Amino acid sequence: MGRLLARRPDIRQLFLVGSCPSEVIKLDLSRAAERLTEVYAPKVRVLNYSGSGIETTFTQGEDACLASMVPVLPATDRRELLVVGALPDVCEDQLMELLNGFGIDTIRCLPARSIEADVTVGPNTVFALMQPFLGDTKEALERRGARHLAAPFPFGEEGTTAWLRVIADEFNVSDEVFEAVTRAPRDRARRAIAQAAENLNGKSAFFFPDSQLEIPLARFLTRECGMTAIEVGSPFIHQGIVGPDLDLLAEGPIISEGQDVDLQLDRARAARPDLTVCGLGLANPLEADGLSTKWAIELVFTPVHFYEQAGDLAGLFSRPLRRKGLVAGLSPRLEAAE
Amino acid sequence: MKLTVWTYEGPPHVGAMRVATAMKGLHYVLHAPQGDTYADLLFTMIERRNHRPPVTYTTFQARDLGSDTAQLFQDACQGAYDRFKPEAMIVGASCTAELIQDDPGGLSELMGLPIPVIALELPSYQRKENFGADETFFQIVRNLAKPVERTARISCNILGATALGFRHRDDIQELTALLYDIGVDVNVVAPLDATPTDITRMGAAHFNVLLYPETGEAAARWLEREFKQPYTKVVPIGVNATRDFLAEVAGLTGLPCRADESRLRLPWYSQSVDSTYLTGKRVFIFGDATHVIAATRIAREEMGFEVAGIGCYNRELARQVRSLAKEIGVEALITDDYLEVEQTIEALQPEMILGTQMERHIGKRLGIPCAVISSPVHVQDFPARYSPQVGFEGANVIFDTWVHPLVMGLEEHLLHMFRDDFEFNDEAGPSHHGGHAPAASAQGGPAPRPAAPPRDISEPEKVESGEIIWLDCAQKELKKIPFFVRGKAKRNTESFATSKSVREISVETLYEAKAYYAR
Repeated sequence: MGRLLARRPDIRQLFLVGSCPSEVIKLDLSRAAERLTEVYAPKVRVLNYSGSGIETTFTQGEDACLASMVPVLPATDRRELLVVGALPDVCEDQLMELLNGFGIDTIRCLPARSIEADVTVGPNTVFALMQPFLGDTKEALERRGARHLAAPFPFGEEGTTAWLRVIADEFNVSDEVFEAVTRAPRDRARRAIAQAAENLNGKSAFFFPDSQLEIPLARFLTRECGMTAIEVGSPFIHQGIVGPDLDLLAEGPIISEGQDVDLQLDRARAARPDLTVCGLGLANPLEADGLSTKWAIELVFTPVHFYEQAGDLAGLFSRPLRRKGLVAGLSPRLEAAE
Repeated sequence: MKLTVWTYEGPPHVGAMRVATAMKGLHYVLHAPQGDTYADLLFTMIERRNHRPPVTYTTFQARDLGSDTAQLFQDACQGAYDRFKPEAMIVGASCTAELIQDDPGGLSELMGLPIPVIALELPSYQRKENFGADETFFQIVRNLAKPVERTARISCNILGATALGFRHRDDIQELTALLYDIGVDVNVVAPLDATPTDITRMGAAHFNVLLYPETGEAAARWLEREFKQPYTKVVPIGVNATRDFLAEVAGLTGLPCRADESRLRLPWYSQSVDSTYLTGKRVFIFGDATHVIAATRIAREEMGFEVAGIGCYNRELARQVRSLAKEIGVEALITDDYLEVEQTIEALQPEMILGTQMERHIGKRLGIPCAVISSPVHVQDFPARYSPQVGFEGANVIFDTWVHPLVMGLEEHLLHMFRDDFEFNDEAGPSHHGGHAPAASAQGGPAPRPAAPPRDISEPEKVESGEIIWLDCAQKELKKIPFFVRGKAKRNTESFATSKSVREISVETLYEAKAYYAR
């Protein structure tokens, strides 16, 4: 660690992350983090969390990381809105503009762009989640007295509007102001989705459990892009978080929680969906079976939140189908060559 | 957040996966938590494999730890057998499962499955991926290979090719053709594309070609002892190594091993005039021991480079790398810590790096060109085109690959002549590499900027280097030297000054040093 900090003097906060073996042998990372904080304070703060894959799936790493930051946030009694979950800068800026348009100006983000920013939390804090996989962070914030604003996730035009509506209601924003601020971007989002989702309309989708974004995305694809869902699998389904999205999802698709990859593969191969949303490990084997796939991890790395990205989000799903059409002439000869 | 720690090798069960994935008709039941299933994507994404690795994970959870994880393992074994009907199975534990000591070998034996089940003992905390592959392949051979009659024609097995190997697919094809050329049949290639049934008839070969010692040596030694099959010691990567390999095969078989060199182009390409600019280029070489040893010989004997340093990340073969380093008078760097490799490269300031994916990143950071010569590699190093490393076509491929990242002979002069032009300025780098675009000052707009732009190491950041001070005039003169040799000029001048106990570098010192190092 000494070498790392010497090489990277810009590091102000550092996480010790436990892996599966360190969890089985019950390595006391929190004690280690405390000791290291004493050594490197005040310049560097050392926190710890478990990134173990024994219980958890990859997106829970972000949750565990954010949750580890909550107990050390300074306390406040101010009425503030805390936006929770890592966002690309471009999305964060758009969000600030929308919320400032509502007249809300006491907004903090967790994580903040810089460790220097003063993020505080207290009984008058209300918070909204940016990602559905932040269950531990939600609980940690509630333990600090903050109140969660449950809402559909801000994916697509409908999701973003519903998400903003919950915040607007909380802060007594009038319908006129809400309309004035959101009308133009809503129109743009609808037009962009319509264009990007042209070849998604009427197609079927199958979700393998992977990123925990599955339920809000299924809501977006079925309600805004005209797709039908065959199965929506998610590693964990947290009612308190994805409930509002789940409520909007039409009856029909199998909603499955947890993993049994061989059985899920059997079901997917039998159903032959037009688009399969899955992890990287499955994508190429399914493509080789002739299915079109969208790997879920890209949805975590790409700016997809809010109005201006709604078209991009639809585009992420339509691109594999478009590509399949573009290179369709290749397949027979490829097979013949094998 | 940034990814700050990479490793050259995974744990040994990833090595076992490389063997299982390479083979056909074999299944691996791995006692492991959910988190380990992400290893699948190493194969399906990086190598673009169109099938999932033949691996069943028991995916035990924390709540299982207090209860019967052994039953979980047996259920997974039975389920995998019923679903995949393999010819043979290997069973073992990942790093995490090793700690709960369920004994997969004993458990699977109790089940009495009607196929061979091979138990793997892979010490996750002492050893790494290459050991895991070597040991797995050895156990498969030891359990399945039976004494059989030798083939009538002279034949050999080719040992060591696995999934995720560096150009293994094409190396096997090239080597098979080379051997055919000189009258040697290939009996079995393993592990790559072999079935357990193929393994049973490995004894029919007259000798073994140990192509990748990292992943095939234990099996080669066992086959030598049990079946009296000698194995080759030269890895045929490079022109001279290929010729030596052919002589070695001649010695083993009594065949007149003269291969057709009509398609070999490296010697002429290296002799032709444009290649004079390659002369004495200082290279740093790092990777697995086999590829580093081969690359060192090619760099020195076939490209006319100067080798500034070598090293490897796999300790199993460190001895050979150390003795080679001693022989050529450089330090050997044996480490699996990429930060240490980065420091060494920074100190040596080579003009090119021959390395792995990791060194490619280091090269980007330091602004030093890099060609990839060894695993671990990323998706772009599993090319669609035929590009072996082995044999004569391999030598051609290596020449092209190593020359490509460098600034070409005439291009050097053009870049120098137009160094003040915005398109051809010092930071522009090789014209065929988009990544070396000029710094962002000229660009507007909100394009995302890298968090830490690569520092141009040829640019003297501080006037002081240690105790030596560059005078302004010398500093200006240094800037007139083309950027691609400026780092070398700076370093040479400083060591010249140190040796002469000169503390201030003037223009004269610069040229004194230049004269001193002239060759």
